[in-house]
Amino acid sequence: MLLRHTPKEITERSALTINPAKTCQPIGAMYAALGIHSCLPHSHGSQGCYAYHRSTLTRHYKEPVMAATSSFTEGASVFGGQANLIQAINNIFTVYEPEVIAVHTTCLSETIGDDIPQIIAKARDEGKIPPGRHVIHANTPSYVGSHVTGFANMVKGMVDYLAQSNGHKESRVNIIPGYVEPGDMEEIKRLAGELGVPHIMFPDTSNVLNGPQTGRYHMFPPGGVTVEELTRTGSSMGTVALGTLASGPAARALDTKCKVPCEILDLPIGLQATDIFIDTLRQIAGVTVPESINIERGRLLDVITDMHQYFFGRKVALAGDPDQLISLTQFLVDIDMWPIHIVTGTPGKKFEKKILEITKDVPHPVNVKSGGDMFLLHQWLRSDPVDLLMGNTYLKYIARDEDIPLVRFGFPILDRIGHSYFPTVGYRGGLRLLEKILDALMDRQDRDAPEESFELVM
Amino acid sequence: MVAAGLNLRLTGWKACATDGERNMATLNPEELSPPVAEMKPAVVDINAEEVRKELLGKYPTKVARKRAKQIVVNEIGPDGAVPEIAVNVRTIPGIISQRGCTYAGCKGVVLGPTRDIVNLTHGPIGCGFYSWLTRRNQTKPRGPEDHNFMTYCFSTDMQEEQIVFGGEKKLKQAVQEAYDLFHPKAIGIFATCPVGLIGDDVHAVAREMKEKLGDCNVFAFSCEGYKGVSQSAGHHIANNGIFTHVVGLDNTVKEGKFKINLLGEYNIGGDAFEIERLFEECGFTLISTFSGNSSYEYFANSHTADLNLIMCHRSINYVAEMMETKFGIPWIKINFIGAEATAKSLRKIAKFFDDPELIARVEEVIAREMPAVEKVREEVKARCAGKRAMLFVGGSRAHHYQELFREIGMETIAAGYEFAHRDDYEGRRVLPSIKVDADSRNIEELHVEPDPERYRPRLTEAGVARMKEAGIELSEYEGMMAEMCSGALVIDDISQFETEKLIEIYRPDIIGAGIKEKYTIQKSGVPMKQLHSYDSGGPYAAFKGAINFYREIDRMVNNKVWKYLKAPWQEHPELAAKYVWE
Ligand code: SF4
Ligand code: SF4
Repeated sequence: MLLRHTPKEITERSALTINPAKTCQPIGAMYAALGIHSCLPHSHGSQGCYAYHRSTLTRHYKEPVMAATSSFTEGASVFGGQANLIQAINNIFTVYEPEVIAVHTTCLSETIGDDIPQIIAKARDEGKIPPGRHVIHANTPSYVGSHVTGFANMVKGMVDYLAQSNGHKESRVNIIPGYVEPGDMEEIKRLAGELGVPHIMFPDTSNVLNGPQTGRYHMFPPGGVTVEELTRTGSSMGTVALGTLASGPAARALDTKCKVPCEILDLPIGLQATDIFIDTLRQIAGVTVPESINIERGRLLDVITDMHQYFFGRKVALAGDPDQLISLTQFLVDIDMWPIHIVTGTPGKKFEKKILEITKDVPHPVNVKSGGDMFLLHQWLRSDPVDLLMGNTYLKYIARDEDIPLVRFGFPILDRIGHSYFPTVGYRGGLRLLEKILDALMDRQDRDAPEESFELVM
Repeated sequence: MVAAGLNLRLTGWKACATDGERNMATLNPEELSPPVAEMKPAVVDINAEEVRKELLGKYPTKVARKRAKQIVVNEIGPDGAVPEIAVNVRTIPGIISQRGCTYAGCKGVVLGPTRDIVNLTHGPIGCGFYSWLTRRNQTKPRGPEDHNFMTYCFSTDMQEEQIVFGGEKKLKQAVQEAYDLFHPKAIGIFATCPVGLIGDDVHAVAREMKEKLGDCNVFAFSCEGYKGVSQSAGHHIANNGIFTHVVGLDNTVKEGKFKINLLGEYNIGGDAFEIERLFEECGFTLISTFSGNSSYEYFANSHTADLNLIMCHRSINYVAEMMETKFGIPWIKINFIGAEATAKSLRKIAKFFDDPELIARVEEVIAREMPAVEKVREEVKARCAGKRAMLFVGGSRAHHYQELFREIGMETIAAGYEFAHRDDYEGRRVLPSIKVDADSRNIEELHVEPDPERYRPRLTEAGVARMKEAGIELSEYEGMMAEMCSGALVIDDISQFETEKLIEIYRPDIIGAGIKEKYTIQKSGVPMKQLHSYDSGGPYAAFKGAINFYREIDRMVNNKVWKYLKAPWQEHPELAAKYVWE
């Protein structure tokens, strides 16, 4: 057994996290910053953090993940990292020539208390920031929140530093896609395009972290939201923010700073959440939903109708990030599956309330925990087994020990591809999720069926 | 960019005449990167000195000055001396480097592969999360009851409250909870960046909890990420900790005639399993590996071995030195990467023990293993000879893997380490002249003395003389540069910028580096092999490993995909026409 030491009995733990269902803020900030065109994320701390974040993102995307670091040594840790950051800014603009450097802090620089805006101002005074180039920042203390918080903080940083109102309200919608995959961002843009809604999406990692093989490497790939677009977000008519946790803070900041009103929605994963997303865009922009989208929606419904017998009453355990889990749980409930064990490492009590609300009609006790870990999830499902696991790659150890099929969903996925190309958002994304769920369940049925009831037609 | 298919001639390149195999290094332009049929072969001269200048050209003056000392053109002097290279110095902020941190070197590299210690990270969640199962170290518990915590990640997940008021209380509680749940033999505590700053005394907590728990060894490592200039500091801290708290705890003398420890082998992709098999067939008794497929108990008993073998010199030489001083165990450098190197290493060990039966058995094993190796080698060599590799990785692999490439006729034209010291480049002969700077002084040097009861020099004076006669160098490592050709580039802590430039200039046939470099290189159209974690394959150690590696490199450098980079309409855009069928 791979997780041979996990006991069935749950004992109270107040200090020890085992097999976390979250990671630290900076990696989310780094990911968000990669969604700005020609931007080099910069980790202000010792170089281990950036090495770990780059490695993990690289393993998840199988793509180049560029970032720089302040490389703190003991001295910087005692006297502060100002000299390191100014030197880094100068070196980066000289050698790598990005348009933007997006600085995020680490637990080290946060504990020291480095004042990043002051350091950036000093770099500017010293002429280390060439004209027309930008340095933005976000505070991302790793001892608060999770990688999702870090993503949210960096997206808010984009607003704080770059959004500007030109005094007009232009007929255009800002879309903040949430902490989703490049393929998801592409799909969200496609849907907005289909609806005929002019938009600016930020951040946008499509064509950055799912780039083509061309035989030529570009440190700054063609994708990403441009600085110019980010500036114009301040003059858009409104903002649609997807995912309360990941996108909410930036949307609210834009409202406060530039008086751009916002709608904060759940991530458009599954039927209902996508309906709300499409309907909101329709109303804000005053457009008619084209037949093409009705067809996509209808296809999703069709598969739910046709395959309902495979979904009905099947128990699912989920681990992941709050924004994703809220929409996914809703979707599973909508197709009559029973999500019964749900854990996120990201703290926040609202999450538990919301999940309990969504699952209130599930005819089975439901376990939910924010700030939990996968060790707890494993213990839960050892007493109350499930038919399906959904979550990141780390769940494969539980899946193997307990012999439960696993659908990979979320971050990080280190052992399969597809997540960066094929969306799980929108109706098409819903279709893909259903296909994955069905493949997992039906492969299992095929594997376990006695010879006499092994079926050709399913 | 230089187009593929051109012959790139390395001027100023001198073949190293160490053995016949190496003569291919007198590069015959025709043999290099076989010209694409439709292209006229042209020869472009590349001079390493010129390249070096180009690498430095874009840097701000201060950076260029520093990097100039870290990039050298190799030159083997008449006495075997090589140029001095500046290494193990601070990474320059903003210059994208391959390096990681002290914690990674300590928890990730050295202690990570041990299965039955609960490795508890004290800090916010990230560090522990990222080092959870990501290095591909394999382990094989001895049975269903044997402890194996490698699949688990343990962390105190520090919150703001602990940053403000201190984290010792939470750490103690976490140790207690780990003990109550698992009853492990040992718990190791690893400090991450903020821990040192807020002043948590992890060692005091460890002492207190060890006392309290009674039957669980608790020890701590001050391996905060900023402690040194790279992972290297973490290796040293790990070595110190394991030596102080574990080595020597169990005096049981195991059966077996030729007792050895293997140091600096981390069982990536199953390397250790292959080496263990070989040891068994040869008749060596492996007491402990540091630390691939290892167990706490093996460490505790390791001082009963009679010889220490060092594989990765950088990460583990401290333990070997300390064991020699305290227990009298000599060490030799060996290398199981490369079939020839493996055979050589096995012979060296046999010769050390000077037992005719053992020597004969080792020869038998080599004779049994080699034919299969030779068969594949010849086959692969026919497709790979003349191709060029660049290796920028780790603290020993950039050296060791040159062997494997050489065996299939590929020369390494540029190489460097990520976190090595001068002795790993230039050989231990330069040890006395290495200046210890402030960053290295930070890392404690343990003062070790011979153990009053257990010190037992394994070699008498006559034995030492015999070793000399037999050509076995004790406590010696020649370093990487001595085995590279004159005219090869040696680059320490290579940057992203330099990597891109080298690709542009040399168009190597393959590069070996780490995960962060992997896809920038492959996106440039050059295959890239991870030499930390091997991407997905392995084992690559010893004889079977060599076969695996030959095949892997053959697969990579001859991958058909590189032929498909251009779509038909990109190759022949002129054929565009409107709906003309004819
Ligand atoms: S938890 Fe802190 S020290 Fe660890 S990787 Fe994250 S930011 Fe870096
Ligand atoms: S050089 Fe390689 S073997 Fe040595 S410590 Fe590094 S990763 Fe490990």
